[in-house]
Amino acid sequence: MGVLLSVENLVTQFSTSSGLVRAVDGVSWDVLEGETVALVGESGCGKSVSALSIMRLVSEPAGRIVSGRIMFKGRDLLALSAEEMRHVRGREIGMIFQEPMTSLNPVLTIGRQLTEGLEIHLGMTPSAARARATELLSLVGITDGERRLRQYPHQFSGGMRQRMMIAMAVACNPSLVLADEPTTALDVTIQAQILELMQDLSRRLGVAMLIITHNLGVVARYADRVNVMYAGHIIERGTAREIYANPQHPYTYGLLRSVPRLDEPRRERLAPIEGQPPDLTRLPRGCAFMPRCRWRVDRCEAEAPGLRALNGTDHVTACWEAERLVKETRG
Amino acid sequence: MSAVRGAEDRHGSAAAARAMEGVGGHVGAPHEMDTILDVRDLVKHFHVTTGFFGSATAIVRAVDGVSFSIRRGETLGLVGESGCGKTTTGRCILQLEKPTSGQVIFEGQDLTKLDVAELRRVRRKIQVIFQDPYSSLNPRMTVGQIVAEPMAVHGIVPEARRRHDRVRELLSRVGLLPQHANRYPHELSGGQRQRVGIARALAMEPSLIVCDEPVSALDVSIQAQIINLLEDLQSEFGLTYLFVAHDLAVVRHISDRVAVMYLGKIVEIADRQTVYEDPRHPYTRALLSAVPIPDPVLEESRERVVLRGEVPSPLNPPSGCVFHPRCPIAVDRCRGEVPPLRTLGPAHEAACHLA
Repeated sequence: MGVLLSVENLVTQFSTSSGLVRAVDGVSWDVLEGETVALVGESGCGKSVSALSIMRLVSEPAGRIVSGRIMFKGRDLLALSAEEMRHVRGREIGMIFQEPMTSLNPVLTIGRQLTEGLEIHLGMTPSAARARATELLSLVGITDGERRLRQYPHQFSGGMRQRMMIAMAVACNPSLVLADEPTTALDVTIQAQILELMQDLSRRLGVAMLIITHNLGVVARYADRVNVMYAGHIIERGTAREIYANPQHPYTYGLLRSVPRLDEPRRERLAPIEGQPPDLTRLPRGCAFMPRCRWRVDRCEAEAPGLRALNGTDHVTACWEAERLVKETRG
Repeated sequence: MSAVRGAEDRHGSAAAARAMEGVGGHVGAPHEMDTILDVRDLVKHFHVTTGFFGSATAIVRAVDGVSFSIRRGETLGLVGESGCGKTTTGRCILQLEKPTSGQVIFEGQDLTKLDVAELRRVRRKIQVIFQDPYSSLNPRMTVGQIVAEPMAVHGIVPEARRRHDRVRELLSRVGLLPQHANRYPHELSGGQRQRVGIARALAMEPSLIVCDEPVSALDVSIQAQIINLLEDLQSEFGLTYLFVAHDLAVVRHISDRVAVMYLGKIVEIADRQTVYEDPRHPYTRALLSAVPIPDPVLEESRERVVLRGEVPSPLNPPSGCVFHPRCPIAVDRCRGEVPPLRTLGPAHEAACHLA
């Protein structure tokens, strides 16, 4: 599989009243054709800003992509004109947002919102677009498409709206779909339906997926590779199997340990990550996780660790003490 | 009035002391004396207008005949998906909503029958922790004012100087620093704000706390901190929790017993272990199987019950068993006949014809 999207040394910053926020601070990662990649992390880690940067939707002037390259099918998206970028959005890269209600237009019918992109990007006639829209609805499991196309978003339930978002995202046969917390607003039984649907479509249409989430459980089943982010940096990356079975960064390890799990016997006490999430305007000079880390040493304070492989595989971690962590946690 | 009140306070602290001795010792047969809250046939219907000019009205059966009791010192988990009525149940217990019918008996008194003054006195002992600590804290008040205000209003610590000390004591008990009293909510992180919400609830010296999704708005790494804090406070002060949440893994961790709600009804209720290891209602089973587990190897081999469709509108609930349109094992009988909660084992009930 070839590389579809490659983010290189991306730096995105926001100037706020409390100072400069380094939301994404020199991050590199890629997505192969047809692959499902996850960006995982907590609020403020930079995962959503990464997605917005790819789509060039970072709100200016407060926000700014300072440097880096975003190579998509051989072109640097950051070098495209606004006009060229409009053809990429929706046509080549689809997008699914967390809140389907706020990202759908409440005064346009479902049909209009689905056909608009088809007419603009693919030059379809209104009737051809309408036929394709019905087809798309049935593709995402919405029956009675003819009638549904005449309805408005408020007449759809939360799960149906998210199906509709997925239909819009794949409408123009994109090669990549960005899904930002696609199931966070949904109930757990509906979450399962939506994730199954996304996986099924990804396989059937050969479209690559970038799933952005805070929930480690959600991506375990669906991601091929996982990037864990903390304070604007990727701190660990590997195949989903590797990350979950052998976490090599104290933050990843701590996150996995802190959540109660239904497949394990109940523990008397949970093991939280102590301390508070970092203040992005006052990041320490060294490793941003250092103040909360059980394994910290003097070096962590002075020098930020870069990503490195411990065992010559693609599993990389940004921790000086990763060897010790691995040794102490696999007993 | 004040004499009565003093007597009540003494009674309250004696009860708390009893509960402290009883912590961990409530596993035996349920005893009438041990029941702190008894909810009987609770019904809450909302009237909504439909139609273009709001001409027609319809009834949303948010809570439709719910009964359960909570023993002193235990945690009852109330789980279900959005719209199942779990939050409304909590709000009816708190008397933030007036129930359409049914009883909410707290420490022997039916709250639905009390007048405003009586209710105000009793309500102090039932506190609430909300999901979103940001929208439930007044942004214009300092943390110290937020925690002190209810103590002043209810005359718990009438003297301002002592209240000042008490606020700092409470803040440090929930893991904040005394100097946080001078900060405003926006200066705190989500986890710290939730600690303020907990301190405010504790200030009233409650015996029952309704925790409505207390960790679901928090970052994963912070959730465990707050859950541990809630557990510590429970054993220290002999608190009783009604823990309303949708996260089944969190509910298993914190609850002694668990009730599962669907469309305004309890479909299964039992002790924690039974609900998670021997669920008998098909909805409970589906819910458990939908919870993602952070382990790709396990997930791959895991059999998943993906439910068809979505939760029907409580405006127009299905006939018979409300779960039948989505149920993988429904038979004809389920369409016509409402299944009552049946006893399936010691303290285990489920509302399913086929359980």
